[in-house]
Amino acid sequence: MLSIKNLHAEVEGKKILTGLNLEVKPGEVHAIMGPNGSGKSTLASVLAGNEAFETTEGTVNFQGKDLLSMEPDKRSHAGLFLAFQYPVEIPGVSNINFLRTAINERREALGEEALSAKDFLAMVKEKSKLVELDNKLTNRSVNEGFSGGEKKRNEIFQMAMLEPSLCILDETDSGLDIDALRIVANGVNQLRNPERSFIVITHYQRLLDYIVPDFVHVLYNGRIVKTGGKELALELEEKGYDWIKKEQEQVSA
Amino acid sequence: MSAEEQEILKEFTSSEYKYGFTTKIDSDKAPKGLNEGIIRLISQKKNEPDWLLQFRLDSFRKWLEMTEPEWAHVSYKKPDFQDIHYYAAPQPKKKLDSLDEVDPELLDTFKKLGISLEEQKRLTGVAVDFVMDSVSVATSFKEKLSELGIIFCSFSEAVQKHPELVRKYMGTVVPKNDNFYAALNSAVFTDGSFAYIPEGVRCPMELSTYFRINEAQTGQFERTLVVADKNSYVSYLEGCTAPMRDENQLHAAVVELIALEGAEIKYSTVQNWYPGNSEGLGGIFNFVTKRGLCENSAKISWTQVETGSAVTWKYPSCILKGDNSIGEFYSVAVTNNHQQADTGTKMVHIGRNTKSTIISKGISAGVSNNSYRGLVKINKSATNARNFSQCDSLLMGDRCGAHTFPYIEVGNSSSKVEHEATTSKIGEDQIFYCLQRGISEEKAISLIVNGYCKEVLNKLPMEFAVEAQKLLAISLEGSVG
Repeated sequence: MLSIKNLHAEVEGKKILTGLNLEVKPGEVHAIMGPNGSGKSTLASVLAGNEAFETTEGTVNFQGKDLLSMEPDKRSHAGLFLAFQYPVEIPGVSNINFLRTAINERREALGEEALSAKDFLAMVKEKSKLVELDNKLTNRSVNEGFSGGEKKRNEIFQMAMLEPSLCILDETDSGLDIDALRIVANGVNQLRNPERSFIVITHYQRLLDYIVPDFVHVLYNGRIVKTGGKELALELEEKGYDWIKKEQEQVSA
Repeated sequence: MSAEEQEILKEFTSSEYKYGFTTKIDSDKAPKGLNEGIIRLISQKKNEPDWLLQFRLDSFRKWLEMTEPEWAHVSYKKPDFQDIHYYAAPQPKKKLDSLDEVDPELLDTFKKLGISLEEQKRLTGVAVDFVMDSVSVATSFKEKLSELGIIFCSFSEAVQKHPELVRKYMGTVVPKNDNFYAALNSAVFTDGSFAYIPEGVRCPMELSTYFRINEAQTGQFERTLVVADKNSYVSYLEGCTAPMRDENQLHAAVVELIALEGAEIKYSTVQNWYPGNSEGLGGIFNFVTKRGLCENSAKISWTQVETGSAVTWKYPSCILKGDNSIGEFYSVAVTNNHQQADTGTKMVHIGRNTKSTIISKGISAGVSNNSYRGLVKINKSATNARNFSQCDSLLMGDRCGAHTFPYIEVGNSSSKVEHEATTSKIGEDQIFYCLQRGISEEKAISLIVNGYCKEVLNKLPMEFAVEAQKLLAISLEGSVG
């Protein structure tokens, strides 16, 4: 599915990723944790193709293709989805119109026929239930005037609509109360299947109580320094990141 | 105008028109230049009554004493008024009974513009009055309209068939000496459109006129007069597009709307004239005077989508003379490359309980300049007048300019005037968000821009709105990235 090898990336001349390696197989859920500034969100941005980040070294293979040479919209067409940490507002553009455009652009790129209005609306009805998204929200402008929780639910709703093969969740749990967290996690769980993979970026173990990962990685100073099962998240929750930092200092010493 | 130019102009105008009035002119085109002789020629060609000739001559004399205004936030090479043909007509043709009789080439052009007569006739029920090089060539749905007593025809035809109406209302909202370009238009206008809706009649279809400048170096001086009699309603559409041109073309139209007691006029424009090439060469100069007069409880609503022209200078306005009258102005103005637009509105509140709404959306891209200029004037007599203005600017790139010049004059303390203004940039993050969802950059810009203009586009009749959305996307092609 996804193979990241020795990835280096920088933003405005500042090195953020310093040789990151990650293998994700179909159906797997990988959690990426780490202290502030370790490069978690940079990884998400680089994979999605944000131009603000420059890749200086390394390769990323996504379903047999060289991901880094693809334009951001082509990456989307290929099945990569990023649930943004801070979803932007697009005033005057209805959620429905936005999604219909997105879906039909992808279908066109894949040589498929456009979805009929009827089929599209049926799909909206079905998928919006996943995250208990109000009908009113689907008709409102994209994220405009949405609460923090509504924005995140909308991200998962879009994810459900676009049916990606690789979903990257960038701190989707940030700013969510416990009820919203449950709804979002529930939505994600319903989207899990043997072909679809997830990279879940989070600060807190809490989300992983709901979305149970196959692997937990610790990102520190731009590299994955520790990998374990779901129990690693619990250990981090208990002990914090200091012991990892110390371990790293010893390694480099 | 410089002293030297004045001198030349005088020399021209004081001398006899040396070509005479009977000279055979190729393709029925007047020689270049402007003087009383040319005006007499136009009037004679159109077989006009003497009062109209006098109206023209009077306007011309007033124009000679006026100077070209310079207060607008635009710069351009002033037109040489002696280097313009003031009259051009296609070869005269017999009256047409059906589309089959229309020049196939002309039909073809309209098809390219996406304005198929057949389709419009069949699908939309729009009566279309085409103005091609100053002479109307096709008019449809006339019979259906005439059953209701609605008059919708070319201005020339109205002068012949309904001179009493034309004479009564023409120049009452835009006086012939109103401004430099209105005076010029009043002197030399060649054709345009006329509509009259009788008392209590609700016009069942959108009245639509497509203007087009076809022949190079033909100044276009259109004149539109819409009169809605008591308690009537009409929705009027004006749209235009012109082919590529190398030299600047002057367009100075006058539009007068009269809404009598309880009447409502909705006037929508999509303007897409040649804006010049990407270096700023060529393109249309669009200096237009549009104004409406509202009697008691009348309503006039202007909606415009302006994407074309090299230089635009245009302020569709409402004189809210009657008590409880309403004026509205909804505008999207797009400038790209070297385009310049100085546009807005004037809302003059005279009657009591008058209300006006202004929603202006400017979009600037390239190295263009886009200005909103608006006046809200509350007269002493306008007790309880209300105005709400919202002027938004959207910038694309960092080499363009957006300017807002709001003028507010309040003479009555019971009135309420609100003004809101915002300036924003299309965010890289908005575009990236769209890209991530698989929407291409061009589509993303189109989505974001159409969303930004939604409040205005919603005011357009359906089929016009679709056209306008396409136009916005085309106008801004390649302006980001």
